[in-house]
Amino acid sequence: MTSRAQRIERALDAGLELAHLEVIDESSGHNVPKGAQSHFKVVLVSEAFSGVGRVARHQQINALLAGEFDSGMHALAIHPYTPDEWRARHGNAPMSPPCAGGGH
Amino acid sequence: MSEATVLDTIREQITQNPIILYMKGSPQAPQCGFSAQTVQVLISYGKRFAYVDVLSNPDIRSTLPSYANWPTFPQLYINGELVGGCDIITEMHEAGELGELIEQAAGDEG
Repeated sequence: MTSRAQRIERALDAGLELAHLEVIDESSGHNVPKGAQSHFKVVLVSEAFSGVGRVARHQQINALLAGEFDSGMHALAIHPYTPDEWRARHGNAPMSPPCAGGGH
Repeated sequence: MSEATVLDTIREQITQNPIILYMKGSPQAPQCGFSAQTVQVLISYGKRFAYVDVLSNPDIRSTLPSYANWPTFPQLYINGELVGGCDIITEMHEAGELGELIEQAAGDEG
């Protein structure tokens, strides 16, 4: 069965040219049943965010994940950066591009 | 309430209140971690702000996301514009960008 984290990863990877993506299931930190897959955090780096305001970046990401909101995702923390913003924040911390789920 | 009426109410709220937070619960008793964090940031500026508890206003809770193209709560509006939710508010606060916006909006109120 595909986890919600995997679906989020695929939807974001399909919709954005990503240099880095982390999808974190934070559900265990909330008052929800075990395995609820309700609360997520995404950290993403994409050149596509250059010149795009904060609200518009979130709207773009939320739109790619509308299906997950419709099917019970309760909360999504979003941290989008351009490559330049990411480097300003994290120095040369290596980015991990999405693997796009080849074969799993 | 019809959706048009709810939309009118929302428009009235965000145009008549220079700073308004749509949240789960109240500033004194927030019912969600993201609302709690956002309201703490707002309170730290010591300016007056309006809030709407979407848990006790289900019509607004169901209508605002499509109006704003923003699926989650909290949502902060300053001078009629969506500034963001918890992530954006926290980031702007830490970057020192939120204070100026709040000062200006609160100042407009006199």
